[in-house]
Formats: sequence, C-alpha cells, structure tokens
Amino acid sequence: MTLQNTKRFDDVRPGETLPELAIPITVGLIAGGAIATRDYFPGHHDAEAARELGSPHIFMNILTTNGLVQRYIEDWAGPEARFTALKIKLGAPNYPGDSMTFNGAVTRQDAATRTVEITLSGKNSMGNHVTGTVALVLP
Amino acid sequence: MADSQLLTDVRALVGREYGRVYAWDEVNAPMIRQWCEIMGVDNPLYTDPAFAANSAQDGLVAPPAMLQVWCMEGFHINNYAPGSTTENPYEVLKLIESYGYPSVVAVNSELTFERNLRPGEKLYYTTRLDSVGDEKTTGLGTGFFVTLVMDYFVEHKSGDEAVGQLLFRVFKFRPANNHAAEAAPAKVEAAAVVKRPKPGMSDDTRFFWEGCDAGKLLIQRCTQCQTLRHPPAPVCIECHSFDWDSVQASGRASLYSFVIMHYPEVAPFDHPNPIGLIELEEGVRLVAGLVGAKREDLRIGQPLQLEFQTFDGELTLPLFRPVVE
Repeated sequence: MTLQNTKRFDDVRPGETLPELAIPITVGLIAGGAIATRDYFPGHHDAEAARELGSPHIFMNILTTNGLVQRYIEDWAGPEARFTALKIKLGAPNYPGDSMTFNGAVTRQDAATRTVEITLSGKNSMGNHVTGTVALVLP
Repeated sequence: MADSQLLTDVRALVGREYGRVYAWDEVNAPMIRQWCEIMGVDNPLYTDPAFAANSAQDGLVAPPAMLQVWCMEGFHINNYAPGSTTENPYEVLKLIESYGYPSVVAVNSELTFERNLRPGEKLYYTTRLDSVGDEKTTGLGTGFFVTLVMDYFVEHKSGDEAVGQLLFRVFKFRPANNHAAEAAPAKVEAAAVVKRPKPGMSDDTRFFWEGCDAGKLLIQRCTQCQTLRHPPAPVCIECHSFDWDSVQASGRASLYSFVIMHYPEVAPFDHPNPIGLIELEEGVRLVAGLVGAKREDLRIGQPLQLEFQTFDGELTLPLFRPVVE
C-alpha cells in the first residue's frame, strides 16, 4: 500500500458502490476479536455462558463489528483516508458458522471539507448484523 | 404505562456527568498490531514505521475504531485503571431494571474522531447521560431508549485535548415474551432467527398456496362464465356463480406498477425491497416480490418471468424476474 493507493476526493463518483466483502464468522474471530478489544464478557468467548444467556453460541461484540467496518471501508478508500465518523446500528447477532457480507455506496460528498459519506450494511443469514455510515476525509 | 415515580427518578438523572475512566495502557504498538491481525486490517499506517513516516500522518497512528479499546476495564469486572471514578455511568439502567425492565440490547454505536491517536498517548473518558426516551414498544418488548455520550481526551501537561466521542444507545426493556424475560441476560445482543411471515390461509385461498408448493401459479376461474380472478374469492365478480376451478398461469407477465421499500429494514427481507404489481399474460394481476431487479432498471411494462423460491424450507412464494428484451 502506498499513498498513491488512497482514493482522491475528486475520483469518487456520486453513488459509487464499494466492492462486496464476505467475512466468515468463526469462533476464532469472535473470541479473538473480543480479546483484542479487551472485552472479556463471557458471551463473547464461552459457548456455555452464551447458551445460559439464551444465545445458541458465542456472539460478536460491538467493538469487533466496528473494527470490521473500518476494514471494509479502508480496503476501498486506501491507507490515508482519515475517518471522522463511524456510526452503526446493530441488528441480528453474528454467530460462528455464519458469514457476513458487507455492501456500501457513497451517499454524500462535501467538496469544502473533502469528506465523503458511505452508507453500508453487513448482512448475515438472519438479516443485517450492522447498518451505518462512515465519514472519511480524502486527499 | 410507565410508573410515574420511575419517570421522575429517571428524568432527575438525565444530564448527569460521570467522572473519568482512565486507560490501563497508553496507545501502543503491540495492541495495535494484534488488533489489526484479528480484524484483517493491513493498513501500514498503523504498523509500518517507515511507511507511516513518509505519509501525511508523519508517523504511526492508531486505528480509529480502537478508540474505545484503550479504556476498557479488561478481564476483572469493574476493575478500572487507577484514578478512575467509582461512579457507575450505567446506574440509570439499574434504576429502570428495578421497575421490571430486565433486558438490554445495544442499538447504536456512533464514534466520531477529532484526529488520529498516536503511540504514547494516554486516554481517559467522561460519560454523560444524554437522554432517556419516552416508554416505547418495539418488536422486542416495552422499555426505554437510553443514550450515553462518552467524551475521550488525551492528557497533556498544557491541558487536556478532546480527541473523539462515542454515542452509545441501548434499549432497556421488558421482553414481549415472558419466557424470554426469565432467561434475559444483563447483556444481550441477540435476536431470534426471523423467518418469513406466513400467509393466512382459508378454504378460498388454499388451492393457491398448495399450487405454489407444487411449483404452479394457479388462477381461479369461474366455471360458469370462464372469468379469471385474483386474489381468490368465493363468488365470481361477473356472474356471481359460486362454482370455480383453477388454471395454471404460463408465468409470462409484465410489470404493471411497483414500489421499492427502503425503510424500515425489517428482517428477513432484502433491502431495498422491490415489490411489483404484476400483470399476468392471462390478464389478472397479483402483488409479488421482484428478484434480480435493480431500481434503475425497473420500468412499467417490462417483461417478467415467474420463478418460485422456497424460504425457511417451508414457504414457497411466486416471485418475478425481469426478462432481457
């Protein structure tokens, strides 16, 4: 990755769609993501504890969802896009064995601040795990 | 209706500010690298000092989505870093719970960033109880939307600097289903698998749904005057005869009209959700989902082809797909 790989504000087209990204949801990702975000709530790493809470299996924590949203946007925008907002609404939980597919599109552009807004969704077999918007400042 | 004493007690807390919660560790390269590894983030701005030094950022920075991570309590419950407040910013949830709203589900997480964080910086946050909504009933149950705002700061000798904010909204509720209430955990981010709603079925409409199960789109026909009708009904609209049978539609159709459902996004449907008023070549119309149809490509009158899809292994529905002309 180099600076040249970062999207320029002037190259972004209105309504431009981002490439789809499918992320396999595994025990390793959920438990590893929880620990990497210092979230030791048992429902994120202990299947027995999760079942006692009424869930079929461990479920992804919000901070991991935020990390995956950042990855999805950054993969498209490049290394030097600066995030100014990452706003998500939570839906169906991510359980192991499922897959979450991100889709997104450019929904707003502000030339004065070189900011683009992307509206995105991450959908699993039960519906949207996450929907939201990300704001980026581009070179 | 919500208890009036509850409302009074809750309103008294709104606007309250809670003290600092400090980070255990300063922003640091090992935690950043491990976070990037598990998330699949490969941006060298976070992990490659040489790349970062040549970038506009002029050195390594932390991934923005890690903002919350730095101040997490860690493995031991309520064991916050030294100097942190002993107040509980979530006390309003305990208060609401004591009035019989045991469950909680996270609804919104809205992060905003003033700038990127750099290794070596030490964070803390303060919390404000921003709002508690009126009592509302959702698909989950009845309760209150509670919004907390956490402001994150970096400590400087010359004065602390606001670097970002988290708006965090939860729904604190009494589950619609009492059985769920007994099992309700203190932290739930889960909802049951949502299936397609099933159609109501009567003696007048059973043939139609059984036809779908058999992969046939059946149209009701008056056996006296041969008039076709849909939706199914007991009496012929032309001759008032009660006698009917059915004929199988060819599946060739055209788009008479359509709507696109954008909001609300209701599981398990796709969104946006295009729905057509379909004119069958036999002359009757029906409402059905459109598949393989992009909004910009839909136009009145375009040819469509029937196809059946089975949902949840038990419900077969007729859907229509645009045909290339």
